[in-house]
Amino acid sequence: MIKVQKQKINISEQNKKLLIKKIGAAVNFTGIARSENKSGNIKYLEIEHYPRMTEKKIKEIEIYATKKWKLINCIIIHRYGRIKPGENIVYVGTAAEHRKNAFKACEFIIDYLKVKAPFWKIEKLNNKKIFVKSKKSDEKKVKINI
Amino acid sequence: MKIIYFSWLKEVLGFPEEKVTPPTNIKNVESLMKWLSKKSLKHKKIFLNTKNIRFAINHKIVNKKSKVKRKDEIAFFPPFTGG
Repeated sequence: MIKVQKQKINISEQNKKLLIKKIGAAVNFTGIARSENKSGNIKYLEIEHYPRMTEKKIKEIEIYATKKWKLINCIIIHRYGRIKPGENIVYVGTAAEHRKNAFKACEFIIDYLKVKAPFWKIEKLNNKKIFVKSKKSDEKKVKINI
Repeated sequence: MKIIYFSWLKEVLGFPEEKVTPPTNIKNVESLMKWLSKKSLKHKKIFLNTKNIRFAINHKIVNKKSKVKRKDEIAFFPPFTGG
């Protein structure tokens, strides 16, 4: 299941949804908005995305990971709009028969979301706005062209 | 042709999208960017260093040699920073 939404993600609700029959392991990752960067305290984040393309890309990542690591269940939720420090931004939940596959798939999905899904972050500080730049280290992790 | 801009490109231009009708010799993304950059100083600024710009045609990431058609939706944006 994938979702792109404005509202906060109810993590415990999603963790429960992950637990379906036949699974032997469930792993989840939650990305949280930081409260500061090198320039100072962040008032809030503004996340922009490209509707339709976002859903399409996330779906492609989900399909790839589900097939490669034989996932029994997979939930990906990414927020957009205004997000305050401490709030969740993204949730990835993977469930498989064995933990190794669940862990690997979860890490793969979040790595690929960062580089392949059309989201852009703006950090809003007291008196300025910073367009967050992509990190080379994130791009290097992505080797498969999905 | 519908052109959509995201992130700092939209901020510099001051609008998120525009409809354009390029001349018939504009056949790919590269020539479209060159043509668009002549529209205004703001356009010139965003297309000054195209190494930092990515593009999609009809929601699919493409390269600068990809063909563009009249009815396409073409998006320009910086590398993604989600997650």
